[in-house]
Amino acid sequence: MTRILAVARRRLLHSIPVVAIVVLGVFALLEAAPGDAVDAYLVIGGGDAEMIQRLRQEWGLDRSFLARLGAYLTALAHLDLGWSVAFARPVSAVLFERLPNTLMMMAAAICFSFSAGTLLGIAAGARPGSLRDRILSLVSLGLYAMPSFWLGLMLLVGFAVKLAWFPLGGIESVGMGKTGLARALDIARHLVLPVLSLGLIYLALYLRLMRTGMIEAWRSDYIRTARAKGLTPRRIAFRHAARNALLPVVTMLGLQAGALLSGSVVVESVFAIPGMGRLAFEAVTQRDVPLLLGVFLISTLMVILANLFVDLLYARLDPRVAAEG
Amino acid sequence: MKLGSSRRGFLAGSLGVGGAAAVSRFGWAQGAARQGGTLVVAADSEPRNLNPAIIASNGVFYVASKVIEPLAEQSYDGDGLAPRLATAWSGAADGKSVRFTLRQGVTWHDGKPFTSADVAFSALDVWRKLQNLGRVVFKDLEAVETPDASTAIFRFAKPTPAQLIQNALPSLTAVLPKHLYEGTDINANPANTRLVGTGPFRFVEHRPGQFYRLERNAAYWDAGKPHLDAIVYRVLPDPGAVAAAIEANEIQLAAFSAVPLADLARIGKVPGVVVVTKGYEGITYQLTVEINHRRKELADMRVRRAIAHAIDRKFVIDTIFLGYAKPAAGPVPAFDTRFYTPDVATPGFSTRDAERLLDEAGYRRGGDGMRFRLRLLPAPFFEQTRQFGDYLRQALRAVGIDAEVVRNDTPGHLKAVYTDHNFDLAVGSPVYRNDPAISTTILYQSGLPAGVPFANQYGYADAEVDALIAKAAATIDGAERARVYRDFQKRVGEQQPIIHVAEFSFISVARDRLRNVANNPRWTTSNWADTWLAS
Repeated sequence: MTRILAVARRRLLHSIPVVAIVVLGVFALLEAAPGDAVDAYLVIGGGDAEMIQRLRQEWGLDRSFLARLGAYLTALAHLDLGWSVAFARPVSAVLFERLPNTLMMMAAAICFSFSAGTLLGIAAGARPGSLRDRILSLVSLGLYAMPSFWLGLMLLVGFAVKLAWFPLGGIESVGMGKTGLARALDIARHLVLPVLSLGLIYLALYLRLMRTGMIEAWRSDYIRTARAKGLTPRRIAFRHAARNALLPVVTMLGLQAGALLSGSVVVESVFAIPGMGRLAFEAVTQRDVPLLLGVFLISTLMVILANLFVDLLYARLDPRVAAEG
Repeated sequence: MKLGSSRRGFLAGSLGVGGAAAVSRFGWAQGAARQGGTLVVAADSEPRNLNPAIIASNGVFYVASKVIEPLAEQSYDGDGLAPRLATAWSGAADGKSVRFTLRQGVTWHDGKPFTSADVAFSALDVWRKLQNLGRVVFKDLEAVETPDASTAIFRFAKPTPAQLIQNALPSLTAVLPKHLYEGTDINANPANTRLVGTGPFRFVEHRPGQFYRLERNAAYWDAGKPHLDAIVYRVLPDPGAVAAAIEANEIQLAAFSAVPLADLARIGKVPGVVVVTKGYEGITYQLTVEINHRRKELADMRVRRAIAHAIDRKFVIDTIFLGYAKPAAGPVPAFDTRFYTPDVATPGFSTRDAERLLDEAGYRRGGDGMRFRLRLLPAPFFEQTRQFGDYLRQALRAVGIDAEVVRNDTPGHLKAVYTDHNFDLAVGSPVYRNDPAISTTILYQSGLPAGVPFANQYGYADAEVDALIAKAAATIDGAERARVYRDFQKRVGEQQPIIHVAEFSFISVARDRLRNVANNPRWTTSNWADTWLAS
């Protein structure tokens, strides 16, 4: 237990410079982008010189880069994420409204792609070269080659427009006033298609990784030993081969947590889900620095936590890692 | 100006392809309207401030016009206006006052009575001081007298044409409840996002990223209206998803060209779906080439006319707009017959004339076949402004001008063109708002400070144009004022300080059970009191 705590503490300490780099990087990037939040705002309706000057003053955009950075960091040290000019609300309020949607969608997508991907990978890798393996390989390559927005639109046309099995978009039915279990089921129904379009591509990746790991494992000495002991092929596949093949897949899991956020920008747009991905996109187009920083800080935190979890899982799966840790 | 930076589609002027068929399928002569039903429509943007008295823009009006009403609305009939909160208006002969008779027996959604005090407050404290368009039109408004609860007399410090004020009524005169705004910071008032008005629908809920919900105002002054129980605006940012939603009957209207042009032919064939090109004439956009007159080549009128000669308007309309647009002759769209004149020397398509003018101006083709180089910045506002940028580059190459296309997103484009003036040519899409003085003369008038978008940041200064603009601003007689604006069009048609290429507006895709669609020239931004859903 103390070892796990030590790993966790070390990881969290390492993450402090990461957060600092994210803050400085986002600030500098948006500073380098042409146009500011007032320019972005003026596209609806325009305005005259006096009004534009008043807005820049109100939004603190007339101050120097360093002054704005300093003010932001001071506020951040007090755990204040600042004010979103695009939404005219506190950044934290905007973020926490959207975070649950993204978390739900991502958790479901990761669970789905990880569990289904590894199981199918075991199925494919149990007998390499078999018909089952070939079919699974072909399908997974096809899925992996598909862009997620196209897959999303195709799922939408097929299952929501033509078959009408699932709702078209949104996170829940509008104005039905559902509560409790009925609401949870409603949200789950709305999440099926977006989770599929986010998760299917990673499912293919996990399947391929798992299959390769399995094929390698079959050549190992310990498998021959297990065979010689007279274990059933099923037991060998699950207890011996799969367990070792799982390690690269777990590595991928940590990476997916980060990449999902960028994938969710398009999926959230297609399925009209108010989540963090779309929020990041809106923050950039509105040049809303505090909001974009808020999104990046939260997602950095999410990636750090996901990787911590993966590290701990590693330690559990591979005794060699634990011994070094 | 436009609905949101994510706007990818846009649409056509009057009846375009398929429009005629759509009209007959709608049948405007309606039977008895059915009461009830919830109308679900697509929305693609959620303005940070939903108050139409402060921000006069289509994205705001789309939702807010059902809740907060103007003094009058545009109409296809009569003199072009239908009364709303005002029932009559007349300007004094000296142009220094306009008298409004207001509707009686109107109440705000919170039950308080609507009176002339609300109009006076809105005009003096909001339109004149805070509104993007009102700060120009109402700049000389000095006082509003309220002799009784249903009369408001606007007094102007300088003669102001009553015609201008009348033309400003639909877009610029949303009336706010004085009792909620007086003595507060108007820009930060909570009622800017939770609207309170006199309109046919009450504002009920906004869930960010998901929907707006408006419900029927049972105490609406127009007895028996509205017909709908509720309107829900579903936020659908993806155009493909909007098309799917209307096909699946989850929404009954996709306005503002939310369905891309290329998809219209297909979706128009889906049973129960119609494509409507009417109902946007009051918000006609123009595809323009903006010119930086600080470049010495472009300061020469012959070069500007040569560029205009190089553009094949028919190709632009057929290929880029897929037929959903009309050629533009000048700064006033043909729909506005009060001001429009076709008698303008707009250069037609002729590469030979273009080359001749360029040679005359002294810019002969060099060794590489090019005369000079330009930086061309297409605005990212519409898919068509971007595509036209690519077309213009090729069209200019054909006459020996090498244009380099520079792409920016919306804030980047605004800064480059309107603040830094870091461009030679730009592609723009100004909207015409019912009177040249509201939306158009500002694009030609000289002496404006840098940083003001959608205004003359082009370095163009012509004494005659400035004089015509000033003359029209002080001309009280409507017919005489229109004549001055026709002279103005002739002058800029000859000078080509901005090249007008096409007129276009939006297209709606609707389910055919939605009735009374597009029955006024700014229908999507009007109050929908008479809109109903057939069963």
